Amino acid sequence: MQDQPTAAELVEAVAEFIRNHAMPQLQGHTAFHARVAANALDIVKRELEIAPSANTGEAARLKALLGREGTLQELNRELCARIENGSIGLETPGLTDHLWATTLTKLAIDQPNYSGYKRAVEDGR
Amino acid sequence: MIRSSTVDLSVRVTDMGVEENPLSAPLAAVVRNHIPGATGITNLKRLSGGASQETWSFDVTTAGKEPVLLILRRAPGGARDSRATAVPLETEARLIDLAGHADVPVPTVRHVLAPDDGLGHGFIMDRIAGETIARKILRDDEFAAARPKLARQCGEILARLHRIKMESLPPLRTSPARSEIIQYLETYKAHGHPHPVFELAFRWLRDNAPPETTAHTLVHGDFRNGNLMIGPDGVRAVLDWELAHIGDPMEDLGWICVNSWRFGNIDQPVGGFGSREDMFEGYESAGGLKIDPARVKYWEVLGTLKWGVMCTIMVTAFKSGTDRSVERATIGRRSSETEVDLLRLLAPRN
Repeated sequence: MQDQPTAAELVEAVAEFIRNHAMPQLQGHTAFHARVAANALDIVKRELEIAPSANTGEAARLKALLGREGTLQELNRELCARIENGSIGLETPGLTDHLWATTLTKLAIDQPNYSGYKRAVEDGR
Repeated sequence: MIRSSTVDLSVRVTDMGVEENPLSAPLAAVVRNHIPGATGITNLKRLSGGASQETWSFDVTTAGKEPVLLILRRAPGGARDSRATAVPLETEARLIDLAGHADVPVPTVRHVLAPDDGLGHGFIMDRIAGETIARKILRDDEFAAARPKLARQCGEILARLHRIKMESLPPLRTSPARSEIIQYLETYKAHGHPHPVFELAFRWLRDNAPPETTAHTLVHGDFRNGNLMIGPDGVRAVLDWELAHIGDPMEDLGWICVNSWRFGNIDQPVGGFGSREDMFEGYESAGGLKIDPARVKYWEVLGTLKWGVMCTIMVTAFKSGTDRSVERATIGRRSSETEVDLLRLLAPRN
């Protein structure tokens, strides 16, 4: 167990530093890239907070769907192979629920402001 | 890969101590030979955007008349584009010319570069005033009157573009849905990271591919926000013809509906500014083939997947060290946007 502050808190502090202190002193391309850098740190922060429990859920769904054990990487490769060969498809119970849950988690980390994500969240309520 | 007549782009310092672009002198000579009344050029500057081609803006000075505002579109460093899917710039110039004669709004091509011009491969065309940045077109007051007209205009323009006689076209690759799928599947597999949603989309696209008998036409290949020059009066020019090919005309109608090109205006499927119905009406009223909405949706799915695969392979350049910018790195984290769009298309929740 690591000491305080948490990794997410450290990343948040660096993102705040870039936005509030570094960016106002930068111009043109450098200012633009600083904004991109701060946004990248936001992704890291959300991943640190969301991914651990979400990945556990994803692995559990994949094991149920595929009927086997494995790492997240192995299970995803197996799912891809079975979708490609047609043994798992849109009609397979649990597939679309699994893909929706996994994809919404990705977006919650990567791009929570994306229009398609926001609409999908509204539609799911 | 053929590379010829490359031109040194580095800025040299003249004996006057003033930095001069090495394109200036050969370009001035070209315009004096090909633009009536031209005396020289001013305001030469490289425009941002268009990573695969160089685009330069410049003004031609004339004896006692208004300056002529032009664009030089040129291969990077003057060399020929090495990508398999891009048409040579000489072909692009020919297509723009043909499109103009078919009443598709395009800039007039003034001159196609010849080896003697010393500028490599490219062409010179009129500079059309207007805006290509989607966020401005979709939000600024200046375009408020144009926005409701754009979807119908896009339909009309595509109908005219698709009616260009096949026998008049320069040599182009033929790329129906099946070959597009194979091309992007190879790219996705080479990248190696598993994307179950992409697999589902590839499977759906293979199972639902349009029949081999689908009639083919000229396809623009990249008809979307960013490649349309818009003014307060509507579409002024269709730009960037480098991905033109022979294929299913519904491809162009589906591509402009991909959610990535709506820039947040999710309920305006055509480019974030209009409805499919308006675009389809414009298309059919201007003499286009009868619209098959299912096939347009098919191409929207394929277009969404294409953009998703392109986002994932951005990571390759980052990881290999070719481009270590944070901007390049984070584009990889945008492929999930296309996954949610693909699920909304193929497995809607409501």
